Amino acid sequence: MPATTRRPPPPAPAFPVHRFRLDNGLRVVLLPDGSAPTVAVAVVYDVGFRSEPEGMTGFAHLFEHLMFEGSVTLPKGAHDRLVTGNGGVMNGSTRADYTNYYEQLPSNALELGLYLEADRMRGLRLCAENVANQIAVVKEEIRVNVLNQPFGGFPWILLPPVMFETFANAHNGYGSFVDLEAATVDQAEAFFDRYYAPANAVLVVAGDLDVEATTGLVERHFAPLPARPVPAPASFAEPVPTGERRGVHHDPLAPLGAVAVAYRVPDPIGELDDYLAAAVLTELLAEGTASRLHQRLVKRDRLATHVGGMLGTFGDPFDVRDPTMLQLLAYHPPGDVGPLLAALEEEVAAVAAGGATEDEVGRVVTTMTAQSLRSLDDLMHRALAAAVAEQQRHRAELVGELPARLAAVTAADVSGVAGRWLRPESRAVLEVVPGGAR
Amino acid sequence: MSAAVAAVPAGVPEVGRFRPAKLPAVAGRTLASGLSVLAVRKPGVPLVQARMMLPAPRPAAGDADRARQLVLAPTLLSGTKRRGSVEVAEALQRIGASVGFSLDSEDLRLQGSTLAPSLEEFLTLVGEMLAEPAFPGDEVAVERARTAHEVELRRAEPAVVARAALKRRLFGAHPYAGGLPDPAVVADVGGPDLRRYFRGRVRARGGILVLVGDLRPARALDVAEAALGGWSGAAGAAALPPLPPVAPGPILLVDRPGAAQSNLRIAGPALTRLDPGLPALQLATMIFGGYFSSRLVENIRERHGYTYSPRSWIEHQPLGSLLNVSADVGTAVTAPALLEIRYELGRMATVPVGQDELDAARRYLIGTTALSTQTQSGLADYLLALSVAGVGLDYLRDLPRRLQRVTVAHVAAAAAEHLAPARLPTVVLGDAAAVRPGLETLDTVEDGPHP
Repeated sequence: MPATTRRPPPPAPAFPVHRFRLDNGLRVVLLPDGSAPTVAVAVVYDVGFRSEPEGMTGFAHLFEHLMFEGSVTLPKGAHDRLVTGNGGVMNGSTRADYTNYYEQLPSNALELGLYLEADRMRGLRLCAENVANQIAVVKEEIRVNVLNQPFGGFPWILLPPVMFETFANAHNGYGSFVDLEAATVDQAEAFFDRYYAPANAVLVVAGDLDVEATTGLVERHFAPLPARPVPAPASFAEPVPTGERRGVHHDPLAPLGAVAVAYRVPDPIGELDDYLAAAVLTELLAEGTASRLHQRLVKRDRLATHVGGMLGTFGDPFDVRDPTMLQLLAYHPPGDVGPLLAALEEEVAAVAAGGATEDEVGRVVTTMTAQSLRSLDDLMHRALAAAVAEQQRHRAELVGELPARLAAVTAADVSGVAGRWLRPESRAVLEVVPGGAR
Repeated sequence: MSAAVAAVPAGVPEVGRFRPAKLPAVAGRTLASGLSVLAVRKPGVPLVQARMMLPAPRPAAGDADRARQLVLAPTLLSGTKRRGSVEVAEALQRIGASVGFSLDSEDLRLQGSTLAPSLEEFLTLVGEMLAEPAFPGDEVAVERARTAHEVELRRAEPAVVARAALKRRLFGAHPYAGGLPDPAVVADVGGPDLRRYFRGRVRARGGILVLVGDLRPARALDVAEAALGGWSGAAGAAALPPLPPVAPGPILLVDRPGAAQSNLRIAGPALTRLDPGLPALQLATMIFGGYFSSRLVENIRERHGYTYSPRSWIEHQPLGSLLNVSADVGTAVTAPALLEIRYELGRMATVPVGQDELDAARRYLIGTTALSTQTQSGLADYLLALSVAGVGLDYLRDLPRRLQRVTVAHVAAAAAEHLAPARLPTVVLGDAAAVRPGLETLDTVEDGPHP
C-alpha cells in the first residue's frame, strides 16, 4: 500500500448530545447550539412504508398528511397557523423505515413547538371528510411527481419490485389509487394506535436552548402521555438474489432511455464499516464529473449523457435499515443498453479487482466530508438526521462523526466491498424505455 | 410580536418576545476590473460558500444564442489552458469543492463552495476558468450532446413547458422570455462559438462575488483580488431593452394531450426591492398564497383537494419583478380550480384582509427571513440577491420595521393594484380537448403554441 497523500479533514464542529428517556418510553435528544436564536423540533416515528400491510399501499404517507388535519385538542389548520403565525416553518415526510414531523421556530416559540408535537402524539381528530380531502391531495401529489412527469417514480418506485421479492420491500410506497381510495378512519385510528405510541418515537430538540429548562419543558408536555405497547422491531430481511433480475418499464412521457443497476449492500447498521465503504464506492463510481462511470460512459464511450449513484432508497445512506441497495443510474439515447451495461460492469469489476487508489478514495472522502458539513450547517437537517440516527442506531452522535468515520475508509475497503457485493449475478437491472413523449 | 393567533384553544403556551438574529458585518472591495467582492465571516462549519454574478447581456437572443448559453456554462468546467477536464474535476474534489455555472441573456452565475482552508486554491481555480477557458473540441462535443439531451428531457417536463409558455406570454420577443432551444441547434454548437460568445459578452465590470463562511474577511478579499483581479472579460456595456408592458388577454391554453394534470400559471408585474410599497405587496402575496396557512392553500388544497402544492411568490429580476401564482391540478377539476384561484385573487383585490391574517403573515415573513439567512449558503444566496438589486444586508435589518408599518389599508391597495385577476395573464398547460369547455365558461380561451 503506497503512503497516503491524504490531507486530514478540517475539524468538524463538536455538537454536544444530551439524551434521556421518559417513563412512557419516548426517547429524547437535545442538541444545544446557541449560534442563532432558532430552535428545531423533530419527531420521528418508527414506521415507514415498509410496514404497510398488503391492500394498504401508500397508507403510511397518507397518514402523515392526516397528522396535519387536527388533533383531539386543535381543529384542522390550527397546527400550521400556530407555527407559521409565530414565524416558523413545518413539514413532514415518509420514508421506507420512518416518518418524521418537524418545525423550525424562533427560539421564543420553543415551548409552542413541543406543545404541538405532544398534542398530536396524544391523539388525532380523524373524520371521513378530512380523510377524503387528503386522499384527493395525495392523488394530486402522485400525479405531479409520478404520473404527469417523465421518469416519474424512477428509480424509487420502479426499481424495488425488480430487486426485492417480499411485499414489504417491493411495493410502491406512494400507493395505488385503489388502495388509497379504500382508506378509512378506522384504519387510520388503528395505525395511530399501533405505530404512534411515545415509545415508538424519538424527539430531537436542537438549537438555541438551555438543557435543563428544555428537559423540564419536554417533561411537562410529553410525560403525561400514557405509555402504550409498541410493535416488536420488524425484520424485512430477504436473501441476496442468486441470479440477475431484469425489469423493463415503458414510460410514455420519457424522451430518452434510462437504466438503473442495483446491488444489495452490507447492513447499514450491523455492518457500518463495510457500509461506509459502500458509500464511498457509490460516490467514486458515479457522483460528479471525476467519477469513473462519468469518465467512461459519458466522456470516453459516449454511451450515456448523465450518470448518478445513490446508496439507500432516496440517496441518504444513513436513513435506512437493511435490506437496501446501491443504485447506479444512467440516462442514454434510446436504443440497446447492452454496450452501456457491459462498460458499466467493466468499471465495477476494475474497482472490485483492486483498482481503487488511495489518492482517489482520499479525494472522494474529502468531497463527502464537505457535503456532510454542508448539511450539518442547517439546524433543521441536523436535528432530523440525529433523530433517525438515534432511532435506528441509538447514536445521534453519528451525524457529527461521519467525517471522521469516512476518513478511515481505505482503498482496500472500497475494493473489498465492491468485490463482495457488486456481483453481476446478484444485480437487478431496470430499463426505462421511452414511449413517444411530446 | 404580540398576541397569539385568534381562536386558539386554552392550553397553548404563550410565545415570548421575538429576538431577531444578529446579522454579520460585510467587508467589501471593488477590484480594478470592476468586480465587487463581498466577504462575510460566518463560522459554524469549516466551509466557504461562493456566489457570483457576472454581467453578460445579450440584447436580442434567438435559438442559437440560447443554445450557446446552455452549452457554455458546463463547458467552463471542461478545461483551462493549464489543466484538462479531469484535472479540473480532481482538483475540485481534492479540496472538497463544487462549482456550477449557469448563463442566460442577462448574466453568468456561479454557485460553489469549498472547505475553508482551501479558499485560495478554490478561487485560483475559478480565476483560471474565467481567464483561460480552453473549450477543447472533444469536450465541447460531449457537452453539446449532453445538453441537447438535457433540453429534450426538459421539454418533456410539464412544469418547464408551462413556465416557458408563461414567459413567452409575458415577455414576447424580449430575452427574458428565455425558452428552450431546438435540440438540433444545441447539437450544432462549436468551440469557436463558445469562445466568441464568452469573450464578447461576459465581463467583470458590474459583477459581484460573495464569499460567506469560516473565513477572515480582509484575507479573503486579498485572496480574491489575487485570484480574480487579472481578469476583466468583455469590453462594452450592452444592456437589455426594458421589459414590454404586460397586457391582459384571454386564457392561453397550451395542449398536452392525455395529461394527467393541468399546470395553471398566472403572473403579472410586481414591485422591486427598492420600492417602498414592496412590504405591503409581500404581505398581500403571502396572505393570498405564500405559505401553508394562506387562503389559496386553505381553499384549493385543504377544502377542495384539487392540488398538492399551490403557491404564490414574488420573483425579483434586475429589469423588473414578477408576481407568480402556480397550481398543478387534476385534469377533471381544471376549471373549478381556476375559478377558485380567481375568486381568491378577486377577494384580495376588493375586500380588506383581516387584521389577524395580516399579523400572522407578518410574523411568518419576519421569522422565515431570519431563518433563511442562518446557514452559510442561505446567507450567501440572500446577499448576492440583495447586491444585484443594489442594496446590502441593512435591507434585511430594516425589513421587520418596514413590515411592522404595513396596515390593512396598505395591503388592500397593493392587492387592488397587483392581484386583480382581470389584469393577470393566465396560461394553462393541459389536455386541451378535456379542459377547454370548462375554461370557456370562465373566460375567452386562445390556443397557444408549444413554447
